[in-house]
Amino acid sequence: MSLLEVSNLKVEFKTTDGIVSAVNNVNFSLEEGKILAIVGESGSGKSQTVFGMTGLLDHNGSATGSVKFEGEEILNLPNQKLNQIRAEKIAMIFQDPMTSLNPYVRVSNQMTEVLIHHQGLSKSDALKQSISMLDAVRIPDSSNRIRMYPHEFSGGMRQRVMIAMSLLCRPKLLVADEPTTALDVTVQAQIMQLLADLQKDFGMSIILISHDLGVVAGNSDEMLVMYSGEIMEIGKTESLYAKPTHPYTQGLMSAVPRLNDSEERLTTIPGNPPNMMKPSEGCPFSPRCNFANDTCSNVSPILSKVNKDDHYRACHVATEEIL
Amino acid sequence: MSDHTILEVENLKVNFDVSSEGDMPWTKPKKLQAVNDISFTLNAGETLGIVGESGCGKSTLARAIVKMVPAESGEVLWLGNDLLSLSDSETRPYRKQIQMIFQDPLASLNPRMNIGEIIAEPLRTHYPKTSESDVQARVSDVMNKVGLLDNLLNRYPHEFSGGQCQRIGIARALILKPKLIICDEPVSALDVSIQAQVVNLLMDLQEEMELALIFIAHDLSVVKHISTKIMVLYLGNMVELANSDDIYQNPSHPYTQALISAVPIPDPNIEKNKELILIEGDLPSPVNPPSGCVFRTRCHKAQDICSQKKPEFIESSKSHSVACHFHD
Repeated sequence: MSLLEVSNLKVEFKTTDGIVSAVNNVNFSLEEGKILAIVGESGSGKSQTVFGMTGLLDHNGSATGSVKFEGEEILNLPNQKLNQIRAEKIAMIFQDPMTSLNPYVRVSNQMTEVLIHHQGLSKSDALKQSISMLDAVRIPDSSNRIRMYPHEFSGGMRQRVMIAMSLLCRPKLLVADEPTTALDVTVQAQIMQLLADLQKDFGMSIILISHDLGVVAGNSDEMLVMYSGEIMEIGKTESLYAKPTHPYTQGLMSAVPRLNDSEERLTTIPGNPPNMMKPSEGCPFSPRCNFANDTCSNVSPILSKVNKDDHYRACHVATEEIL
Repeated sequence: MSDHTILEVENLKVNFDVSSEGDMPWTKPKKLQAVNDISFTLNAGETLGIVGESGCGKSTLARAIVKMVPAESGEVLWLGNDLLSLSDSETRPYRKQIQMIFQDPLASLNPRMNIGEIIAEPLRTHYPKTSESDVQARVSDVMNKVGLLDNLLNRYPHEFSGGQCQRIGIARALILKPKLIICDEPVSALDVSIQAQVVNLLMDLQEEMELALIFIAHDLSVVKHISTKIMVLYLGNMVELANSDDIYQNPSHPYTQALISAVPIPDPNIEKNKELILIEGDLPSPVNPPSGCVFRTRCHKAQDICSQKKPEFIESSKSHSVACHFHD
């Protein structure tokens, strides 16, 4: 049984201009101890997929479908239950660590609060555990630094504090929403290395949301490519990079400048990202796709198997034609 | 100076006054050395890439060149004239030859002006006598150049996507037919597919109009792609300057080496077997920079001499300079 099973997840927002469908028919599953990367451009629904799953949507949003965590349905549970799950089983870290930490409260109080509230520890025990968790995320001089306020930490250190805090209750699943986007490359390398080490030590699963194909390449087992709220392609990271079978994945891969070779011109994806207010008929990528034909703009493609090893794609055009 | 050199920067220094918490009003503010002793030359049609972590002085350097922040000392020779010694009115004729593009495309456009007005503004400011029909013609000309349809003229910035806003910013920079465009993180806020469009556009325009570019970014792969030579900054100091291919194939400063190894490459096979050179710790405070070599606190090669003597910026080979006592 997989740790997480998401089927037919739909996220919609009611706005004054009408209903925006942010996530459409998303299906995936995640095994224990694996890292799944969700990749896509801004507005593709990466974050909303996860927010929808964990009940963190804005007040005007609603999620339908089914999300099974350890075999139990967790979608749209009452808040009290969700709070418990979100603290003890599913933890999250976000892009900007400063906005996720309370600037008025010492790190020690922010961290111990989690343990006192959810595990009923005494204050001194909670403090001890928090300090050892800061050691685990390699914050030097942790017993002194835990008494500091968030602004006294640098960006990379703050992200380490966030990671430490999210791991306090030993979650089964860590959702990392663009954890390194606000950081410099050198710090990004440190944090990704740390996450990989912790993942092994704690044996948890990770959902890594990122727009950076470089980060995803080195740090995930499986990946899921989203566009306009729909899954375009899903499969093992290695096989997706080696043979992207969806025109969008292909475009994305070739649009990234690479350090290790020097092509004269970057390949671009023509046009602009879609307007989510106007639901597209057919494949959402068809207006920007080089392979698009009449079927593409009228009929929505269904996610179907490419080959034996769990590689799926949603495209009408034959694989041979694209490769 | 060769015939082609358009910009020569020598020993440029920029200091900021900072006062710390609890200082009395009469306490002398501390000096923060944002840019320290930077020299380089730029030829017509060339691109200089500037890379470094946040807070290393990339943007301050760019701003000091166009006198948007006052420099402490040094020279900025634009076509042989030292901009820093000129008065504001004397600088004006050179100003229109240097234009800038900024990071946040939407924030750098006035939300109350329509696109036509925004793009025409530099022209109207520097050449107030241009007739209205000429202005219109020039505006639609540059809009075509950057790939915007000229029927969008009456729209406002909020109606455009990030990529289009950046094109508007580029159009505004181009309308005065500058010789140099300083691009301060022009693609950082854009998605990969749009980023590629803007990078290609800049490279096409450069070829067509013989533009020189100063391209600032923290994304090394983009910088490598667009630049002819690259300068690596650390805490306001130049650590390495070389041709773009050279610096990636033979980085000789330990910081450059670490920086390059930290850039993730979109290929799982390479990425999972890569040996990372991790830099420990964080950027030291620029108010109290380390003695000697500024990088020594995080450097794996650091020895005693590094804390005592500041390494000189020397040419290690033709067109490759580095500031390190133990460079490769």
